Amino acid sequence: MSDRPVLLSLRGLRKTFDTQEAVSGLDLEVFAGEFLTLLGPSGCGKTTTLRIIAGLEMPSAGSVLLDGQDITALAPEKRAVNTVFQNYALFPHMNVAKNIAYGLRMRGAGKEEIARKTAEMLELVQLTGYGKRMPGQLSGGQRQRVAIARSLILSPRILLLDEPLGALDLQLRRQMQVELKRMQQKLGITFIYITHDQEEALLMSDRVALMRGGRFVQVGTPLELYEHPQTAFAASFIGETNLIAGRAAAVKEGEVLLDIAGFSLPCESFDWITPGEELLLCVRAQRMHLSTEPVNAPCRLKGELVENHYAGGERTSLVRLPDGQTVRVRHSTENDAGLAPGSEVFCWWNMPSGVLVRDDREEGQ
Amino acid sequence: MKKNSPWASFYLALILVLLYLPVLMVVLFSFNSNPGRTANFQFEGFSLQWYRDLFDPVTGYGTALTTSLVLAGWSVLFSAVIGTLGAIGMVRRPRRRGLIGRAGHAALGAGEQIAVLPIMIPEIILGLALMALFSFIGIPFGMPALVLSHVAFCVPYIFITVKGRLASLDPGLEEAARDLGATPLKVLATVTLPLSFPAILSGCLLAFAMSMDDFVISFFVNGPQTTTLPLKVYSSVKVGVPPHVNALCTVMLGVVFTLVALGQLIQAGNLKRKDRLGYAGRDGLTGGLVP
Repeated sequence: MSDRPVLLSLRGLRKTFDTQEAVSGLDLEVFAGEFLTLLGPSGCGKTTTLRIIAGLEMPSAGSVLLDGQDITALAPEKRAVNTVFQNYALFPHMNVAKNIAYGLRMRGAGKEEIARKTAEMLELVQLTGYGKRMPGQLSGGQRQRVAIARSLILSPRILLLDEPLGALDLQLRRQMQVELKRMQQKLGITFIYITHDQEEALLMSDRVALMRGGRFVQVGTPLELYEHPQTAFAASFIGETNLIAGRAAAVKEGEVLLDIAGFSLPCESFDWITPGEELLLCVRAQRMHLSTEPVNAPCRLKGELVENHYAGGERTSLVRLPDGQTVRVRHSTENDAGLAPGSEVFCWWNMPSGVLVRDDREEGQ
Repeated sequence: MKKNSPWASFYLALILVLLYLPVLMVVLFSFNSNPGRTANFQFEGFSLQWYRDLFDPVTGYGTALTTSLVLAGWSVLFSAVIGTLGAIGMVRRPRRRGLIGRAGHAALGAGEQIAVLPIMIPEIILGLALMALFSFIGIPFGMPALVLSHVAFCVPYIFITVKGRLASLDPGLEEAARDLGATPLKVLATVTLPLSFPAILSGCLLAFAMSMDDFVISFFVNGPQTTTLPLKVYSSVKVGVPPHVNALCTVMLGVVFTLVALGQLIQAGNLKRKDRLGYAGRDGLTGGLVP
């Protein structure tokens, strides 16, 4: 991604509503043609950020640069940026074709151009023949596509999408995810996409910017976020994760010996770790393995199987460690006979699957 | 559901009779052929003579009706502009105090209350106050004074209906229009006004009815050439009820019922449209998305 030119820069962006700070210091570069997702729990400031980029909200401090030009104070109608709103905001008094053509009419385009481009857009979103319908006569999925067509007709430099799939049922959501991604790649338009669904973010994005409390927690590719979370919040927000508390007993070159419930576990080290520090070890539940025999693995914990929940092909087992902490293990139901609650089990993982993070879960809520 | 007791029907019938019997009398006697100079409450036969009399150049109501229509027309026009713009300004004011200051915010809140006050003030006080004001600043009694007075009590009706409509509109629609390149003025012309048009129209109908109907305030500020319909009716019944007043009342009733029915029809049409705006359910795939 970073080989592409920077299209949009956010610099020290802040936004305060009355006394509440919604966005507290955002710096971000968005590259041309990328699919960037703002991911975070509700109230983390992602919609405010999007509205500032669209020009619908004026930041209290900081600036927005598009193509190197400061557009912080530019009116929304003058920005080459269009938005797909969460509730679609289709004009109820105009038919589908008029809705889609609205931007072109405001630009003063000619009749012939409007007719041609509207037809193109209807085809792009596979609604040919629906031009005369009123928004009230469409289903949720169709309205969604009208909203996208309405924003794309102006060929914006950036398309902003505020939880566009939030109101759709699961099946339609899955289809639209694929469809949107395909559309984005075909048109080469930069998408900035908001969601609170981590799975959706990982599936669609080139990069994900994880937000909390008006700040970016971590910005990176889906792979980086999943495999190398930098904080406990990042680790817990994405995927099904174990965060096991332990103490860095000894720091050697490139390796930390972590003391968890009396077990000494080698982990990959970071240069910020100091000996004696309390840390959290992040291991995804799917990367944990379970066995009744003592497996010959360096990263291994012994505990008591307390619960297991059958879910067809997979089972979630809870293992209690001697110090009372619980570890979740997701494993295949193939050959899992003998794993009954009450039995003594070993859970183990490969060293790269464990990532050490500091506990930031209480901060910035 | 509980079955209605016979008393309920009786009660309803009683109310309807009390309300509409006098009205029916007026309608009946408007067709009376008794040629008496004042209304003779003895029905003698069917005749349309009083309706003919309505348009008599001397004793008829043609001039007064024209005066009332002109007055109501101008009043509604000015009130519509003032009331609609006021409602837009009030509903779309900045959400946060920061932009206009705490005092500005409080002032707008108070202004909203004051704007609807003319409805609550007793008409006689309003009329008296307006008369005093016009004498004081030297506006001659007559059409301009009448229009100003009627605007004063018509604005709240339009203001309230339009404000209600705007408050229920999704502000996201206006933002979407801005986002798609419309200047604030174009947003007003293409989104806000078209969507509040039904409310403006029904507010205008209400204001029109109020203006046509007003007696008290007009009484204080009219001039020699500007006798409105209600004033004319009043002056002609001072010496007994002339029979063609019955005809006039019947015509006015007809107009009012028609307008009310029209209003109901518009409302019903709106409801139906709102129904269609509801989600069409889970058939989101009828557009034929990816196979």
